[in-house]
Amino acid sequence: MSAELDELYQSIILDQNRRPQNFRAMESSTGHADGVNPMCGDQVTVWVKLNGDTLEDVSFQGQGCSISKASASLMTAAIKGKTKAEAEKLFDDFHDLITGKTDGASMGRLKAFGGVFRFPLRVKCASLAWHAMKSALETGAGTLSTEPHEG
Amino acid sequence: MGLVPRSDFPLLAKHPELVYLDSAATSQKPRVVVDAIRAYYDDANANPHRGAYRLSGLATEAYHNARAQVARFLGVADADTLIFTRGTTESLNLLAAAWGRANVVAGDRIVVTRMEHHANFVPWQQLALAVGAEFCIAELTADGTALDLVHLASLINDRTKVVAFGHVSNALGVMHDVAAISALARKVGALAVCDGAQAVPHLSVGIDALGVDAYAFSGHKMLGPMGIGGLVVRRAILEKMPPYQFGGDMISLVGDERSTWNVIPHKFEAGTPNVEGAVGLGAAVGYLESVGMPAIHEHETALGRSAALALAALEGVTVLGPTAAQRSNGVVSFVVDGVHPHDLSQILDAQNICVRAGHHCAQPLMRKMGLPATTRASFYIYNDATDVATLRDAVAHARTRLGY
Repeated sequence: MSAELDELYQSIILDQNRRPQNFRAMESSTGHADGVNPMCGDQVTVWVKLNGDTLEDVSFQGQGCSISKASASLMTAAIKGKTKAEAEKLFDDFHDLITGKTDGASMGRLKAFGGVFRFPLRVKCASLAWHAMKSALETGAGTLSTEPHEG
Repeated sequence: MGLVPRSDFPLLAKHPELVYLDSAATSQKPRVVVDAIRAYYDDANANPHRGAYRLSGLATEAYHNARAQVARFLGVADADTLIFTRGTTESLNLLAAAWGRANVVAGDRIVVTRMEHHANFVPWQQLALAVGAEFCIAELTADGTALDLVHLASLINDRTKVVAFGHVSNALGVMHDVAAISALARKVGALAVCDGAQAVPHLSVGIDALGVDAYAFSGHKMLGPMGIGGLVVRRAILEKMPPYQFGGDMISLVGDERSTWNVIPHKFEAGTPNVEGAVGLGAAVGYLESVGMPAIHEHETALGRSAALALAALEGVTVLGPTAAQRSNGVVSFVVDGVHPHDLSQILDAQNICVRAGHHCAQPLMRKMGLPATTRASFYIYNDATDVATLRDAVAHARTRLGY
């Protein structure tokens, strides 16, 4: 159990939790969305700024556990500068990683979430900001809940 | 050692490594409860109140005896005023739906408290919205350790129809003065509704003596099975109250166009009742009585106080709710600086410690306190001082584990 816990709480996740990147509101966004997890009270808002098809800026704010906060932080860093389609593809790959379908060998720092699949209750934590990001890209604004969207 | 041996509880006996500190969510079940349910199915199972054959008579008797036993345990002289439900949530929904819709109209006022569990908050909020009544929330005192009784009293006026409050807060462990609040409500003719889910398992409640109009509780938090609980309401109110659900058992005569209702409690128990649940709850009550409620209350209070003191002494830990001296039960809610409750409970789980992390179904309270979530440890009769020490050591280690 302890080894699995070490795999879950890798140092990069602990660092991102304490010093999250892009942890700020955005005034001139082209879209934003809230994500809530009613099971535990986690809440996140994700802002996106599209320039044409490119994600010029991404930021987030909210309250949550280390897994949700670190995931949001690394997500903003990973998708900034990418196209909309690339960001959505990355979400699919990330979801495969945290549900244990791939080992994320090509996913850079996001690979740190490879231990999440051993803790099925934490999949929602890791994917909360990603769902909000997708919603912000698609609809421009909205609130979504991890229940019952998460599969 | 706990007040009772772990060996009385099959799950705890089978898993000696477990430190179960989530009894405020649900208790573990003693062997006598599981055995009573098995004995009912082995020897007495049939549909009660229906058959003329002896076996159905046995099932009816088992159900009836359970009601009498639970009523006596609760200090309710008139056992027919105890309606069996699925639990506290259904009890309060029953009341809001059946009594509320018949008695609360536009312009009336419903008063609840900031500390309510969603089960004693949302049904009243929704009733108010549906009929156009005013919904008021009594706040906590400035230090957040108790309900502000002055504020509560100021909200109760002659338009007030319902005052709904908990006996013991599940999120903070605060105990309310049920008799005083009931007196305030009844002075203006409002229905005094008490959520006793966190009280009945832990102290000698004596419902008749409290002066409440309605009192709800759950069986699964008091060593009984899930899916059984009850609602006690004054006879005069119950007899006037329209039914909650319609169907078998609750009717007297069904005509083509109209029907009449059975006597209480059957009027409020439509359909085949949960006999196994009632039998299991009866056995749970027997077990609690054999240990003694005063001893149970004393044991839990000692563990709650000792845990509150031990946790508060740790760096970065804040214990919420009553001070250690004011504490009167085994519910201890706390936050750890820099460690989200979800992470904390995950780290504790790796050491086989079961605690609750989250909003404890009390979002209005958490919002007011500016906390998205807390961690809650709750102690019961099978817990002991070693559990307190194990929890303290694990919480102390958690901050280090997360890099602080």
